[in-house]
Amino acid sequence: MVELGDGINVALNLQVRALGLAVERAGLAGVQEAVPTYRSLAIYYDPLRIGRGALKENIDALLCSTLDQVGHRSRVVEIPTVYGGICGPDLEFVARHTGLSEDEVIRLHTEPLYHVYMLGFTGGFPYLGGLSERLSIPRLHTPRLKVPAGSVGIAGTQTGVYPVESPGGWRIIGRTSLCLFDPSRQIPTPILPGDKVRFLQIPQQASQETATAARH
Amino acid sequence: MTMDALEVVKPGLLTTVQDLGRIGCQKYGVPSSGAMDQTALRAANLLVGNEEGAAGLEATGEGPALRALADSVVAIVGPDMEPLIEGRPVECGAATEIRSGQLLELGRVRRGLRAYLAVGGGIDVPLMLGSRSTCLPAAFGGFHGRALRGGDILAVGAAATRPAGIKGRRLPRGWLGPLGEALTLRVTLGPQDDRFTPEGIRTFLTGTYRLMPEMDRMGVRLQGPPILHRSGADVISDSIPLGAVQVPADGQPIILLADRQTTGGYAKIAVVLKEDVYRLAQTTPGQVVHFRQMSVEEAQAGLWRYEARFQALQQAWQGEGEHPNYILQHKNRSYRVGVEGGEGTYRVSVQKQADRKREGGEET
Repeated sequence: MVELGDGINVALNLQVRALGLAVERAGLAGVQEAVPTYRSLAIYYDPLRIGRGALKENIDALLCSTLDQVGHRSRVVEIPTVYGGICGPDLEFVARHTGLSEDEVIRLHTEPLYHVYMLGFTGGFPYLGGLSERLSIPRLHTPRLKVPAGSVGIAGTQTGVYPVESPGGWRIIGRTSLCLFDPSRQIPTPILPGDKVRFLQIPQQASQETATAARH
Repeated sequence: MTMDALEVVKPGLLTTVQDLGRIGCQKYGVPSSGAMDQTALRAANLLVGNEEGAAGLEATGEGPALRALADSVVAIVGPDMEPLIEGRPVECGAATEIRSGQLLELGRVRRGLRAYLAVGGGIDVPLMLGSRSTCLPAAFGGFHGRALRGGDILAVGAAATRPAGIKGRRLPRGWLGPLGEALTLRVTLGPQDDRFTPEGIRTFLTGTYRLMPEMDRMGVRLQGPPILHRSGADVISDSIPLGAVQVPADGQPIILLADRQTTGGYAKIAVVLKEDVYRLAQTTPGQVVHFRQMSVEEAQAGLWRYEARFQALQQAWQGEGEHPNYILQHKNRSYRVGVEGGEGTYRVSVQKQADRKREGGEET
């Protein structure tokens, strides 16, 4: 585990990502995978193939060469989202709890360009940074047993999208028909760590058309 | 080349297709999955002449009933589910031939939890993200992303070794190790042992913990003396390795297993050695667990010893399946000819088929 700092900020997270890419590119024998998270990179290796000391030396060398050149172009991924109604059963509660109108909640949620800190949980859940503090809200007391795939939720100061149907305690304010996890693809997620994400409000009807189009 | 080989007559409690797991996709938030007891799966595969990492079936608690749709060779390794072929008991930990049309039934386990069935050629399901393992939390991989059901038809790949060459292979007595009541899990401290008080670490390493009923492929909960944090249980979410011992605010440890989520925000006091994670897969609620600290160097030395056990099996069975064999007929006698290749140099060994005594010498 390589910890590059202790905090949640975009600059630190981009350093983690740069080191992750450098480790992959170096293709060191015995290194199985590198998992970037907010502030640290977990490197899994086979000690039968590479010693801990040798691995550390290699990583130290990569650290020196990568951390000062984080030059990185983020892609922007747009997430078409239907807010409220059956797609976002908690929108009304979020509005009441924050003292905002539903439209204001939607406006505040669609405004920022969110930073993708990491993917985790199960099957490509994006951990997004940049939620308006005015939308901060506690989790559900009792998590739902089934949250549909594509559900857009907020909890605490975070927002994210459930890529697959799963249990979950986040407040669900909308849903997207964008497929966020397709294990039949070599890269199973359209969003990658370091990308930027923007939510776009679309009407109910359009979402169904998109879903139909995606199926054909 | 694949062919239908097994029909699921009864699925058992929870039977899934598993190999050694999905490597390289945790960065996409994809769990590694794979067999909970990889020691047993690898041994089962070697018994039937497969690569160690071929896909097999993981049966949990109560095994499935399967009808063979083709002649094949199978091996069942792990706790005894009292398997039967056409009502006749089958030896566990041995290569066994099964004929097309015969019924293989696995029963309920008395001790332990998970048994592994390997079939010559390996279970053939599509490779998803580099693995044939079932990922239950994200519902993909394995057989349509789910546990087996009655009526499912499983295909196998082409067998590397013909059944005749491996008949009679069996695991040496005691090779798997005992299924004890009390289990000592070896751990290396970290990555966040600095989040605990010295007293908390002492508690962890000396306390007696009991396995709770909440246990599945994602993890097991334990109950025992609470482990004290320095200041809160939460860390900034990071990667969770297999066997990580995370400690939430209540001080009761949770050990994370094959289908664990890839990231989490509870402080991890230690990581259990892989070999012991696989032993943990055979425990049941109520069993007692202790933790013993090891240095990283000791843990890695343990891994070398662990791997040597598999090398010993492979060496013992080499020549029966690892290298191509040819059968020569000469003057009404048949000979098995093995060839080991090199750069322009070949080692040829000849064995008389009947008594397997080496007849000819080596030629270069």
